[in-house]
Amino acid sequence: MASQEMEQLVRREYKQGFVTDIESDTMPPGLDENTIAFISHKKGEPEWMLEWRLDAYRQWLKMTSPSWAHLDYPPIDYQAISYYSAPKKPEDRPQSLDEVDPKLLETYEKLGIPLHERAALAGVAVDAVFDSVSVTTTFKEKLSEAGVIFCSISEAIRNYPELVKQYMGTVVPKGDNYFAALNSAVFTDGSFVFVPEGVTCPMELSTYFRINAANTGQFERTLIICEKQAQVSYLEGCTAPMRDENQLHAAVVELVALEDAYIKYSTVQNWYPGDEDGKGGIYNFVTKRGDCRGDRSRISWTQVETGSAITWKYPSCVLRGKDSVGEFYSVAVTNNRQQADTGTKMIHIGENTRSTIVSKGISAGRANQSYRGLVKIGPRAKNARNFTQCDSLLIGDQCGAHTFPYQEIGNSTATVEHEATTSKIGEDQLFYCQSRGISEEDAVNMIVNGFCKDVFQELPMEFAVEAEALLNVTLEGAVG
Amino acid sequence: MSEEQTFLDALKARESARDVAEPTWVAARRQAASARFEAVGFPTKRNEAWKYTDVRAIARGDFALATDAEFSRASAAALTLPLEALRLTFVDGIFSAPLSDLSELPKGVIIEPLSQALETNHEAVGAVLGRLAGVDFSPFSALNTAFAEEGAVIRFAPGTVVEKPIIIQFLSRAHERPVMSHPRVLIEAGARSEATVLEHYVGEAEAANFTNVVSEALLARGAILTHYKLQEAPLGDLHIASLHVDQGRDSRFTSFNLNLGGGLVRNDIVADLNAEGAEAQYYGLFFAQGRQHVDNHTLVNHNAPHTFSQENYKGILDDRAHGVFNGKVIVKRDSQKIEAHQNNANLLLSDRAEIDTKPELEIYADDVKCSHGATTGQLDEEAVYALRTRGIDEQTARGLLTLAFAGEVMEVVKLDAVAERVELAVAGKLPERFNLAGLVEAAVALGEE
Repeated sequence: MASQEMEQLVRREYKQGFVTDIESDTMPPGLDENTIAFISHKKGEPEWMLEWRLDAYRQWLKMTSPSWAHLDYPPIDYQAISYYSAPKKPEDRPQSLDEVDPKLLETYEKLGIPLHERAALAGVAVDAVFDSVSVTTTFKEKLSEAGVIFCSISEAIRNYPELVKQYMGTVVPKGDNYFAALNSAVFTDGSFVFVPEGVTCPMELSTYFRINAANTGQFERTLIICEKQAQVSYLEGCTAPMRDENQLHAAVVELVALEDAYIKYSTVQNWYPGDEDGKGGIYNFVTKRGDCRGDRSRISWTQVETGSAITWKYPSCVLRGKDSVGEFYSVAVTNNRQQADTGTKMIHIGENTRSTIVSKGISAGRANQSYRGLVKIGPRAKNARNFTQCDSLLIGDQCGAHTFPYQEIGNSTATVEHEATTSKIGEDQLFYCQSRGISEEDAVNMIVNGFCKDVFQELPMEFAVEAEALLNVTLEGAVG
Repeated sequence: MSEEQTFLDALKARESARDVAEPTWVAARRQAASARFEAVGFPTKRNEAWKYTDVRAIARGDFALATDAEFSRASAAALTLPLEALRLTFVDGIFSAPLSDLSELPKGVIIEPLSQALETNHEAVGAVLGRLAGVDFSPFSALNTAFAEEGAVIRFAPGTVVEKPIIIQFLSRAHERPVMSHPRVLIEAGARSEATVLEHYVGEAEAANFTNVVSEALLARGAILTHYKLQEAPLGDLHIASLHVDQGRDSRFTSFNLNLGGGLVRNDIVADLNAEGAEAQYYGLFFAQGRQHVDNHTLVNHNAPHTFSQENYKGILDDRAHGVFNGKVIVKRDSQKIEAHQNNANLLLSDRAEIDTKPELEIYADDVKCSHGATTGQLDEEAVYALRTRGIDEQTARGLLTLAFAGEVMEVVKLDAVAERVELAVAGKLPERFNLAGLVEAAVALGEE
């Protein structure tokens, strides 16, 4: 490999690195019950919500940070983090795009995702989360015609408390794990989607999570509910400005699919990964779980993970309903000193449940990446099926790729298959392409994209294009 | 009193009962090991390496130490493998000279019980014993090191090719108060030597003893060692074993880990491929029924470039048996041009049987070819049907297919007596007790058609 090219790559600055200068209504760092009361009050939440948060906080205090992941990072000082940051004048919400702070719009422009254009052209409703508070929600009317509720979680707590009470914390309980408990205590915003019985959501729903104010942890909470025979496709994408200090992101996503419902959740994550020494960068500790509660329901996770200094993320499916289906498609790219420990859990409880796992890991530079997955077949999950494939591609001799697949099978009618391979880009493949006049760089891109094809084709159109471009940029010059 | 204390007390009692002073290094090691065991205690399910295996049956047990090695010749003969071999026999961990046969040791081969080796030349033992299996490896390796007094020391001089297999036989007797034994096996294979060593665990059906064995094998340049473990311990036995292998340049190590017996079984196999050209092959078969629990943990450390490893483990589980497989391959930084392949397939014959499998890869080099696969399933109903259309009854058809499942591992077993033992056991344990003779008849009939 041309070491020069490698150097160029590692010196490449983070393209999305900039800071928007907006006055933030930020709380001083620190976490205690007062912080939580402040957040809850700021959000105008009812009493039960505050109690819920405090209960989560008390559980969190008794827990310890998990250490089992194949990750290496200094301990996080939770008292050094500010837990609330909102753009100015939260009471004075803009009613349409024109009223949105022009500086905000500018930020989106810089990111290459002009909100109005995107919304108009792609027909995507964007619930733009800018530093923990929903700034604007578009296409609300069209959605409400169909009966779909798409709003920020704070709004949902105020306007649809019964729905929130009924579902929140039922998929990821408050005390599920260290980061989920922390999130339950201090979450500031996120999205809420409710698709009523028989409705197919008329458009793809999208949220851009962004982290802006320095030292502000982002604690999103997303809840998506699909009633019987309902369908929704949800897109989540992230970019964040350049920072020196590590920023903590501990989100919780809960999906509930009732009978015959289908939820498709796609993520493109491109947060700041830190510089070449691993300085700065986002800590991404996310709990994502879907519950196939009804018979014949289906939940599909697709993710493209290229950013973050540390990723700790296991989108999972609980296959409770008979004939329910869980899917997980993942491409994870780590470069420089990035670390990722990611994978999925498929918990088969109901009869005839099926799951598919396709994970593609690409590790370059000094990065380390692990696939960690669990397939559990319960004693009553008759005829359960799982197919797992996780492949790793290594680029450079200083990186690492690891697989830790757990299979726990308690039923003789189950069929579970797991395959994994680890290799580098085949020199014969490169040679073959080059002998046909394709440049080395293009050949590598072709091979890497081919390697990820199984996952990309699961992405919605606009995401697939973005993901492919992202991959090429991330690996620019990394191969030879 | 803590569970560990019972064992520490037993250790103290043994210590004070010892009439002859031990070499200083042995005593020091014992002390360090017992301190280590006291510090870490028995593993619990919270410990990742013991996540699926509950050792409380051992921790809460009350085990004596055997004092003699009496065993009737007739019953021993019935248990002994019909193989022409060099043989060392231990009864509940105590060496039995009458049941051993070392009369015709070939040139360049040393085989002796550990106690004797310590008496005659303890420095030579001390130089290597414990080099591979540190007390840190597991609480059980610490416990073994603290207690170990007996075992086998086997040495092959450079260039020695041993034709006959060497069998280390461990017999377990039924006692009113169960006993524990902590045997230690040490194998030193000189450069270009070639040999086969078999550890055979078997015993009286009613026995319920605790065996905690640690084996170490050092392979010098170009050495070839085939290691068999045939574990047919009584169903009440608690069996913990670890095998540690250190491989020099161009050495070749093959392991057959065949488990049929034992109530609670845990095997650890660790091979360190420390120099170029080293090659390790792991073959495993575990067959469990009733409430048997069989846990196999294997590890291959590719510490040098141009090393090769391959693994194939098959599990067959019936009734309420619980199987665990954890295969790990670690490729160190700069161990380029290595190849590592791993496969684990499990067959569940009952709805209440359980398998937990975890094939792991940890890779820090890029020019590698690594793969692993794990599958779990049941007998192919279409294959059963196909056999039945040929006039084979269902039980026989299922038996035939189960044997075929094990075949991939069994066909590489070179010791016929061992293969036969395993196949008969697998066949005999199958539902409805179908017999091999019937099977052969069926096969012959098929051939005639």
